[in-house]
Amino acid sequence: MIEAVGLSKRYGATVAVDDLSFTVPPGQVTGFLGPNGAGKSTTMRMILGLDTPTSGRVTVNGRPYRAYRRPLVQVGALLEAQAMHGGRSAYNHLWCLAVSNGISRSRVEEVLDLVGLHSVAGKRVGGFSLGMSQRLGIAVALLGDPAVLILDEPVNGLDPEGVLWIRTLVKSLAEQGRAVFLSSHLMSEMAITADRLVIIGRGRLIAQTTMAELLNGSGTLIRVRSPQAEQLAVLLQQRGATAARQPDGGLHVTGVTAEEIGELARGRGVTLQELAVQQPSLEQRYLELTGEAVDYHTPTAALAASGPR
Amino acid sequence: MTAGAAPAPSDVAEHPRGYAPDVLRSEYWKLRSVPSTPWTLTAAVGSNVVIAVLAAIFIPGHLSAADASSTDAVRLSLAGLHLSQIAFGVLGALVITSEYGTGMVRATFAAVPNRRLVLAAKATVFVVTALVVGTASCFAAYGLFQAFVSGGDLRSSLGDPGVLRAVIGGGLYLSAVGLLGLGLGAILRSSAGTIATLFGLLFVPSLLTSLLPHAWQTTVGGYVPMEAGSQIFIAVHHDSNSLGAWTGFGVFCSYAAAALAIGFLIIDQRDA
Repeated sequence: MIEAVGLSKRYGATVAVDDLSFTVPPGQVTGFLGPNGAGKSTTMRMILGLDTPTSGRVTVNGRPYRAYRRPLVQVGALLEAQAMHGGRSAYNHLWCLAVSNGISRSRVEEVLDLVGLHSVAGKRVGGFSLGMSQRLGIAVALLGDPAVLILDEPVNGLDPEGVLWIRTLVKSLAEQGRAVFLSSHLMSEMAITADRLVIIGRGRLIAQTTMAELLNGSGTLIRVRSPQAEQLAVLLQQRGATAARQPDGGLHVTGVTAEEIGELARGRGVTLQELAVQQPSLEQRYLELTGEAVDYHTPTAALAASGPR
Repeated sequence: MTAGAAPAPSDVAEHPRGYAPDVLRSEYWKLRSVPSTPWTLTAAVGSNVVIAVLAAIFIPGHLSAADASSTDAVRLSLAGLHLSQIAFGVLGALVITSEYGTGMVRATFAAVPNRRLVLAAKATVFVVTALVVGTASCFAAYGLFQAFVSGGDLRSSLGDPGVLRAVIGGGLYLSAVGLLGLGLGAILRSSAGTIATLFGLLFVPSLLTSLLPHAWQTTVGGYVPMEAGSQIFIAVHHDSNSLGAWTGFGVFCSYAAAALAIGFLIIDQRDA
């Protein structure tokens, strides 16, 4: 469990993270989304006690990270995958970190097996591909068998097989009851993997919601085609819905459900040729939310529209 | 793997073994598991030994009788220190700057949030290694010089006044140079900046003091880092402007201690 309350980080005049509060509960994968420079990595570094917040606080399992003497058994983290000494072997990289937290050699062997690097354990990590470095970084995160995992862009540089491996691993870690905090730029990947989302823009919280709530928000769009489109549009507007004419003659309707449109059309004798709920993709919803945050500087409006209810 | 939904029990109670010893072990493995360590140590030992042998073979034939009687044979046999101090300084700096340079430091501080303990462990592991390798190579250099030298004027034994202290002092000096590098590295964090600053501090002040008025040279000159530090590996002192062996070495150590102390103070304050 990670709890951030009013977390802020300023670098001189620049505000990297601004009054950010969120929770990463156990047993779920919480996705961390935001445009480049939104403050995701800064937030992750503050969770790990690497950067000191300007104000606010963040705790892991109820204590600030730096209060732990052997934090690897509490929290495992993958930040930048290639941030390791290139001259050291994969095995020694793991062992140097393991020994500082009282973790055994047998556990080092275990995580090497788990990430599929056993055959190259003796090789210097300087020669590793990005994908191999990612796997080694994940091995470091798993060393202490921690209840909380923080993974910054774990699928970066992985081949399709590696992406599938991460997806399965991350989900199984959450099923075992761990809290998993995962950032990724790959929306399709996030849509499949995450149960919950924390979305930030310009360092501020835009939304903290479950994936289901985000995708089934009030913004659900319904596409309708009818020979009596004009009449239907007026009827829908009378009911408080919005109906926008499309160049191809169809209507894009929001503010009512598909069932209501169907009932309305039957009652008024309007013929429907198409009635389709356009499930917005995570990518669309994300771009709507973060686009507003960037373009209009009004994250609060976005919050009101799609925040948790 | 076991499930980890509940917070793990007290992380201290789980490990009866000490916490600081584990951090020391971690730093020991870090030092010995990178190729730069054997490389720099081999270069240091090599220059100490090779220069001692070359000095023993080639220099005596070119010394006049007056030269020979005034030459400090121990200092001559440890002439390689002028080169090997570079290797020790670089190794001391790399102990910490290589972590900042590669980003490894974030993994280190995530594993051990007590950064001062990390720095103390690095300094301890380094200084023990440097004392062993530095002192052994100085004894080897002295022994080889004595074995190869011809002519009685440059012969001495460890029992002669100041000789044992000077040979051991060579190892002490090399270790202190490395600690100065480590302290500067903790402050500056960049390998290139640290190494440039270290050798600027060692070599430049000695050159600048020669430009000062003579009266200042006699007062300030002895406190210049390399001048002060090198007194410990000179067996017989002739220069009245210089500090004594242990006083000079103490002054040199205080520079290293100051750098380490500043590093110690600020390592907790800065973002990694």
